[in-house]
Amino acid sequence: MKKRDIFVTEVALRDGSHAVAHQFTADQVKRVAKGLNKANVPYIEVSHGDGLGGSSLQYGKSAVHEIELISAAASVCDKSTISVLLLPGIGTVHELRDAAREGAGMVRVATHVTEADVSKQHISAAKELGMETVGFLMMAHMAPVEELVKQAQLMESYGADTVYVVDSAGTLLPHETAERIRALRQSLHADIGFHGHNNLSLAMANTLAAIEEGATRVDGSIRCLGAGAGNTQTEVLIAVLDKMGISTGVDLYEMMDLAQDVIAPILPKPQEIEKGSLILGYAGVYSSFLLHSEKAARKYNLDIRDILVELGNRKVVGGQEDMIVDVAAELAKKKEALI
Amino acid sequence: MEKVKVGIIGSGNIGTDLLMKLMRSKTLEVTTMIGIDRHSDGLKRAKANGLKVIVNGIDGFLERPELADILFDATSAKAHFRHVEALEGMDKQLIDLTPAAAGPSVVPSVNMKDYTRERSLNLITCGGQATIPIVHAVNRVSPVDYAEIAATIASKSAGPGTRANIDEFTITTRKGIEKVGGAKKGKAIIILNPAEPPIMMRDTIYCEVAEGRMKEQEITDSIYKMVNEVQKYVPGYRLRSEPVFDKNAVTVFAEVEGAGDYLETYAGNLDIMTAAAVKVAEELAEIRLGKAAAGFAEAEGRHT
Repeated sequence: MKKRDIFVTEVALRDGSHAVAHQFTADQVKRVAKGLNKANVPYIEVSHGDGLGGSSLQYGKSAVHEIELISAAASVCDKSTISVLLLPGIGTVHELRDAAREGAGMVRVATHVTEADVSKQHISAAKELGMETVGFLMMAHMAPVEELVKQAQLMESYGADTVYVVDSAGTLLPHETAERIRALRQSLHADIGFHGHNNLSLAMANTLAAIEEGATRVDGSIRCLGAGAGNTQTEVLIAVLDKMGISTGVDLYEMMDLAQDVIAPILPKPQEIEKGSLILGYAGVYSSFLLHSEKAARKYNLDIRDILVELGNRKVVGGQEDMIVDVAAELAKKKEALI
Repeated sequence: MEKVKVGIIGSGNIGTDLLMKLMRSKTLEVTTMIGIDRHSDGLKRAKANGLKVIVNGIDGFLERPELADILFDATSAKAHFRHVEALEGMDKQLIDLTPAAAGPSVVPSVNMKDYTRERSLNLITCGGQATIPIVHAVNRVSPVDYAEIAATIASKSAGPGTRANIDEFTITTRKGIEKVGGAKKGKAIIILNPAEPPIMMRDTIYCEVAEGRMKEQEITDSIYKMVNEVQKYVPGYRLRSEPVFDKNAVTVFAEVEGAGDYLETYAGNLDIMTAAAVKVAEELAEIRLGKAAAGFAEAEGRHT
């Protein structure tokens, strides 16, 4: 096998869970995972969009229990490693053990960028389970670079093999991404990763900036099947990196076929940058708020931009989906008072 | 009026907030604070307020057991088990604010009447105290098949103990939702928000009732009645909006503003724990005082 310069994690079966309102079926997961394995993608993430245990009224219930989906994906992969996402406060070590038993070999433990210390318990447990372990610092734009470095060092000290800068809101600009990766590169021994969202059409630019600064782990979602406007489009990234002489070990043609033949029919609608996803990036709001905010805007007859901008003003963090209805109801009341 | 003597184990933020609340109690007389750090602000305050200060932990108390009949434990789960053991065979009761869950779980507005002489009563979690009353309020009208809560608290109000074992929060709260709240199945989510100025504790409670059993008006009334009950001991507990109904589900948005005794007002999550602890002790004290007045007969008859 060709040596890989960059290790890609395909997140369509996890981040993409948001885009399909967590309705993936075992058959869909199997077909996608099989194709990704054939294309030699090193890591495939499978979980509810909000990670293990995310199936809830707060975030949306899964059509199929994620453990079954993990098991389905693992059953068709002989080359790719199955990854899972775990947000402490939502999922617990118990679900992590279940996932490991079903064949997950890597876990990404995700916290808000300033709250890394809640991940110690889960990073330690993952190491004990023999899993490859990643610290995933979400909403990375919400903390100054020095703070980000401190938090990344905490995750490294707990045993994380890799620490990711996660642009959950798809709001970072390329120079801001570069600055963050550079700072981590200088202060950590662990591998550095980057996870982008395409809300400002900058996922690719940011990913390249991250690689330029020394990130060796990057995320993509095939056909942009991810929250908000999706992530860095994996098959395009493979093509671009190939042209740059950077090896990912992933088969470009297999990825293109998979995107066209299997992923496109799954997508509820093409991943365009619409009003809603653009404002996520512009206001710096967690990408998975998109569908919930669209629903609230319809219910309360509001402009989705007003809801998302207000959520941004209130410095809402990932996981606070209950704030969407709260804020929408409040805005609707105000609007009514004005009439 | 006669009062029951109480003491506080632990001189940190929680212990000190308890101290300030207890000094206002009409049925409890706080006599003692037990700690291990004589320079802590809590022990200094206790001393300044005329309390006995014990600096060698539970051992020091065992030498002077007459100082208190009810002890608040604001230490750690590990220490709590030691304290239960140390007080074995004595007529003392522990109110457990740690995650130890050595004794039954209690929410004052829900199941206090079930307990009188237990040696240790556990207060579950802050998220549990803020949400289980609502689950119970729905469940006493229509059986709750599934209840889920999401508690968002200010990062600054989450101490190192909570952070080191956040699974304990989600699991203990879930069990409380089921066992005390009455939901067939429960789920708990906790979110830390670092915004400045710090946000107040917010709790969203989702309840799905059994098919065909939704009674909107009765459930609404039951929820408001319950909120009044909780407000009696947590004045800053309130709903942010009317309950929202959608088919067989009801969603309730609550927030908790702290009383600002020793802790900041945003830390409603900590305030609801100390306030609930004091309420539990006051209920126990009334039983103790009532027992003293009515003689031993009734208490003896009750199998403990």
